[in-house]
Amino acid sequence: MFSDYFYYPFLIGTIFLFVVVIGRFVKWFMGLSKIDKIRVRIGLFSMKTLQSVWESVREGLLHHNIFKTNKMLGYMHMSLAFGWFLLIVVGHIETSCYHGSMFFPFQHSIFFRYYVTEPTDFPGHAFFNYAMEILLFFVLSGVMLAYFKRFRSKTFGMKRTTRMRYGDRIGLTALWLIFPVRFLCETFTAGVYHNGSPIFNGIGDAFASVGDLNPWLNPLWLTYSVVLGVFFVAMPFTRYMHIPAEINLIFLRNWGVTLKERRVNTFTLAEVYSCSRCGICIDACQLNLAGIKNSQSVYVLKNIRNKNLTDEVLFNCLLCGKCQEACPVGIDVNKLRITQRIETTKQYNSSYDYLKTGKTRQADIVYFAGCMTHLTPSIKQSMLKILDHAGENYWFMDENKAPCCGRPLMLAGQYDAAQKLIDTNTKMILESGAKRLLVNCPICYKVFKEDYQLPGVEVLHHSEYILDLVKQGRLDVNPSDLRAVYHDPCELGRGSHIYEQPRELLNTALTLVPMAREREKALCCGGSLANTKISMAERDVLAGKAMEEFATYAPDLVVTSCPLCKKTFAKVDSLPVKDLAEVVAGAVERKV
Amino acid sequence: MKNIVIIGGGIAGVETACALAEGGNHVTIIERDDKLGGKLNQWYCLFPDFKKSTQVLDYIKNRIKNFDIELKLKSTVEKVEPNGDGYFIHTGNVRYAADAVVLAVGYDLFDATRKEELGYKIYDNVFTQADIEAKFRSGDLNTTFGKAPERIAIVHCVGSRDEKCHNMYCSKVCCVTGVKQAIEIAKFLPKTEIFCFYMDLRMYDKHFEELYRSAQEHHNIQFIRGRVSEVSATPDQRLSIKTEDTLSGRPMKMKLDMIILLAGMEAKKNTRQVARLFDVETEESGFLRSQDFHLGAGILSRKGIFAAGACISPMSIKETIENARSTAMQVNQYLKTL
Repeated sequence: MFSDYFYYPFLIGTIFLFVVVIGRFVKWFMGLSKIDKIRVRIGLFSMKTLQSVWESVREGLLHHNIFKTNKMLGYMHMSLAFGWFLLIVVGHIETSCYHGSMFFPFQHSIFFRYYVTEPTDFPGHAFFNYAMEILLFFVLSGVMLAYFKRFRSKTFGMKRTTRMRYGDRIGLTALWLIFPVRFLCETFTAGVYHNGSPIFNGIGDAFASVGDLNPWLNPLWLTYSVVLGVFFVAMPFTRYMHIPAEINLIFLRNWGVTLKERRVNTFTLAEVYSCSRCGICIDACQLNLAGIKNSQSVYVLKNIRNKNLTDEVLFNCLLCGKCQEACPVGIDVNKLRITQRIETTKQYNSSYDYLKTGKTRQADIVYFAGCMTHLTPSIKQSMLKILDHAGENYWFMDENKAPCCGRPLMLAGQYDAAQKLIDTNTKMILESGAKRLLVNCPICYKVFKEDYQLPGVEVLHHSEYILDLVKQGRLDVNPSDLRAVYHDPCELGRGSHIYEQPRELLNTALTLVPMAREREKALCCGGSLANTKISMAERDVLAGKAMEEFATYAPDLVVTSCPLCKKTFAKVDSLPVKDLAEVVAGAVERKV
Repeated sequence: MKNIVIIGGGIAGVETACALAEGGNHVTIIERDDKLGGKLNQWYCLFPDFKKSTQVLDYIKNRIKNFDIELKLKSTVEKVEPNGDGYFIHTGNVRYAADAVVLAVGYDLFDATRKEELGYKIYDNVFTQADIEAKFRSGDLNTTFGKAPERIAIVHCVGSRDEKCHNMYCSKVCCVTGVKQAIEIAKFLPKTEIFCFYMDLRMYDKHFEELYRSAQEHHNIQFIRGRVSEVSATPDQRLSIKTEDTLSGRPMKMKLDMIILLAGMEAKKNTRQVARLFDVETEESGFLRSQDFHLGAGILSRKGIFAAGACISPMSIKETIENARSTAMQVNQYLKTL
């Protein structure tokens, strides 16, 4: 009889899914670097594993991070994931109670109502009946929201939702069908055998009043088994692979695996497959304002996975980090992009003959202005004034000639070339014997902090350094009654987590007006060196929109702490824009 | 007799006014400043023949005396109302009826502080061509430290043909202005070395090319093809520039005593406002949009509103005067149809 084998599609799907997923996990692990493998081995038997279990529950089932961004979207994911999880767990317990044993054919727990149609009275029977039905309603509410979101994403407060591929449509259709079909299976069965709670029995009776339900039962249960099977088979090839992959990622990340080596390895895949394509990153992206709609992180991850990533998409990104901040899965998109850029970019055979180490000078502190500061000389002058004022024994390393810090090359994927500059600069800095390296450009700051090996040298952003001077009483700042907004540069804020020092410093010189979008949520000026595809006109749109937003706070001036942000905003020509070095240097001057 | 109101009393405004008054119209000029002549008042002499700018100003002043033109100085337009086929123009407490209006609001020199890397108003001895004209008029070409400059750089295309400043167009008169100023300086300070840094030199009008040739042949002025990327100060109170000699393909640095930035011509900051007031269209660059590039440079998108001079596009004094006369003719043709 066919009905005895109706669960085979489900069984095949499940086995297939497990084989593929486990196979992938093994492949990803094998492809990790040696150090990362050691990290996994050490991490496996540490508290980090427990921590990962908790995080998996919190993010994989409850979707806490999505809740933080969008309540409706969070509920949708939670009801589907957590609801389904509970259906499996509670269903299993129910079946164990029915059998009075932990061991039973496992299809019994999945298709419980199909098998148990006779009146029974195992312990907790009524409770399980109610619980399972309420859980099914819970999941169905999520499915309804999913239907709704697909057609009316604006209801979710989302301006855009992700575009889908063909395979995704199969997976999505199967997923959308699973729970409504299960609902029909159980209510129809209840209509015939009254094996549910009064709720489902009632609904079943209502269906029965329309016609005979008996001939429908077997086809319905078979359909249920088929949609489950189809979903499981489709899962590894669709975005739903994110369900197991995210759990895997949580563990690997907690064990300390990262993309730090800046070379593509299988950890990239572990991250790529963890993307659920929820679309939160799309709305976080400012490029939308300039009409750029195909290079957001979700599309890059998708393209990497489908092996059709183009430079047009990969390089059309400011690497501002706004999407990374918003990503509920915590995928390290910026590093991932840089790694991809290094991988796809031709390493040009340029000449670096000019990198002969110049004269070094013994000093307590090395000041490295960087290219962007040389293009904004009023910042440079302010920095020199402050250094002179503090009576510092400093060496202005790139006053006449010095290589670039290397970060722009790094962002462009020119890793080897960047390394040449890094080596030259490192040698010069170490030879100076200085204990501190002062930079006022966040782009330089990030690369000096993260990619240079400078033992015994503290890298300071000028916001940290000048604040120290003020705190030590080496610099008297004369307060003014100007009102200013502070713009967090991407590389300093989201990139290096320096938010408080600039604010504390500026508060000594003027009044800072808080803004709705600042710190982690700060806008990008649009000038970022990381984007090599954006047009000047598109950059202007981003800068203009940001300045419009600043203007709503009616400040006397906009203060930032990045020469590139300053230059980009100054072009808009609506509000005066200054670097915090200029603000402080101006306030110091007044008193003298 | 028809009434015509001209907005702006620079060269374009006055020449249009005179040409229209000559045809028997009643003309009013509304000028924001307290005198006529506009930007030309700041200039010392003109290319390509080194005619003193005062000679052009005198011509304007003498010409206007021949007509009964009403001057409303130190005034700006506050409101524009339609009035039958014409308009009412409100300024201060006065209301002028106008059968036609000519906008001759002129241009602004590009604010060189917007290219911070060139150090204008940050370092001493970085000037614009307008500052140098003022220096010519005062007869003092010394640096701020009171010394005669030994070496001067003239930087072309500052704020013109520069996507980074939103200005894609060529201001066209700066090339020859640079050559003219270089020769003037060379005549005044024969020992000074003068370098012009250019992208390409657009010697488009009569005698310009000859002037450029003469600068090289007779005045030893050196032309280097390359954009200046940054200016900095040296410890010995001089200036240093970084650039690339793109003909030899080599990056170069140079120490200097003075830098002259040839700032481009931009639409005035308030041209868009004026355009809104009169409900006429502007280009993306901010200049007023002509109805037809070839056939009607002075005709704007609204009936009875015309334009003359550098509010349409960058132009030289010669072209401004020609353009003013041409616009006056178009206004006359229009008035006949009323």
